[in-house]
Amino acid sequence: MRREPEDTVAGPEDGVAGTVEAVRFDRVTKRFGEHTVLDGLDLAVGRGERVTLIGPSGSGKTTILRLLMTLERVTEGVIHVAGEPYSHMPSGHGERGAGAGPGGPDPKAGLVPASERYLAARRRGIGMVFQHFNLFPHMSVLENVVEAPVHVLREGKEAAAARARELLGMVGLADKVDARPTRLSGGQQQRVAIARALAMRPEILLLDEVTSALDPELVAEVLDVLRDVARATDITLLCVTHEMGFARDVSDRILMFDRGRIVESGRADQLLDEPTHERTRAFLRAVR
Amino acid sequence: MSGFLAELGRALPRLGEGLLVTVESTVLGAGLALVLAYALGLMSGSRSRAARGAARTVVEFFRGTSLYVQLFWLFFALPMLGFRLEPLACGVVALGLNFGAYGAEVVRGAVAAVPRAQLEASVALGMGPGLRLRRVVLPQAHPLMVAPFKNLLVQLLKATPLLSLVTVPDLTFRIDQLRSATGDTAAAYLLLLAVYGVLAGVLSLLMNALERAAKARLGTGGDG
Repeated sequence: MRREPEDTVAGPEDGVAGTVEAVRFDRVTKRFGEHTVLDGLDLAVGRGERVTLIGPSGSGKTTILRLLMTLERVTEGVIHVAGEPYSHMPSGHGERGAGAGPGGPDPKAGLVPASERYLAARRRGIGMVFQHFNLFPHMSVLENVVEAPVHVLREGKEAAAARARELLGMVGLADKVDARPTRLSGGQQQRVAIARALAMRPEILLLDEVTSALDPELVAEVLDVLRDVARATDITLLCVTHEMGFARDVSDRILMFDRGRIVESGRADQLLDEPTHERTRAFLRAVR
Repeated sequence: MSGFLAELGRALPRLGEGLLVTVESTVLGAGLALVLAYALGLMSGSRSRAARGAARTVVEFFRGTSLYVQLFWLFFALPMLGFRLEPLACGVVALGLNFGAYGAEVVRGAVAAVPRAQLEASVALGMGPGLRLRRVVLPQAHPLMVAPFKNLLVQLLKATPLLSLVTVPDLTFRIDQLRSATGDTAAAYLLLLAVYGVLAGVLSLLMNALERAAKARLGTGGDG
């Protein structure tokens, strides 16, 4: 059984009552040059929670996923994953929890930006599915799925292949194991990408507009697979999508973004059916 | 002309030796160039500023100074500093450094041409920098390198006659001896042109086969 998500965002240093957070953004700012994409964002996602990020293009949703996947680095603030610093690492031993400065405790107290080695170990619990699939064109479908379990997790080739076939069966591609990705339709490629991400047994799965590059008639097959994943596992999902029906089906909570800030947050049906913020209403009218 | 042919018949064994020396210097020079091309090319794309700077300096130096001068420097100047290399070794080192510098640009360009999204996918799968390079980037970069490497290889072959200037007894050296012996300059140099033309043709065919194989592995072969 999945745990019910926490309604409220736990404060810093608040790990009591078994509400371990999968992800916490602590006053995270991300700038590209002069352009501020995320502006002092606070965000907590409970373990096993399914959160969908909606909002206009350029509102910072995808950046949140890319920061979590370490494809971008934070400008300010700290990201925690599973209760441990993630974008940063302890600068020494026993130095954490330094005193509060002006404007509350400094999220970076005792922390330095994470090294590549620190990230290499920590990012393994997180998987990502991309808008454009990004399958490896020089490998067969099966090789795409087996690659990381064998070379990163050091699973045996046979065991990894057996599990890969199982996952490819789950996404409905058991007959395509030997095909080249370039020979598959977009929907099939994206289902391979989902199997490839799941093969790493991530605790957190990031879905970055996974149906945006697909022809309309191929969207359903991908979303059906993801509904199955959401039903059958207790994986933590962070999802950026314009598919409001899908968001309603899988999400515990939906966050409406605009200009790098959360303008509204609530249970899926509540936010979609009775949005309180004018910006959310305008956005939902536009995408429906 | 009949005198030339008679002399050519007598000279054939030496011409054969010369041909072997030409092939040897081409293969060894290309081998050294390939190793340097990879080392310098990957360093040029490195995140380390020092590695990048060192690679850029070496590449610019050996691209920017003539092969002819490099060869003469190795053969005539280096012994004055107390290092003496065999003539063939001088030739191989000069060819390797010069063409390795050009090759480094090929490697750097091919690696840079692999879409960033491929790297991001490998990061998302937890692959470290070494694994990413070996399993994702290089297999996709290799097919892009074959065509420019083919050009460089043919150019390297055609640069080997320079080695005869530092007493390496290659094909050019031997045919020049034939020319002196017969006085038939036109026939001797026509033969020289023909032999290098055939050698270049053979190299091209080999590299074309390699290119087809590389593209087939990437799944972008002619049938797609």
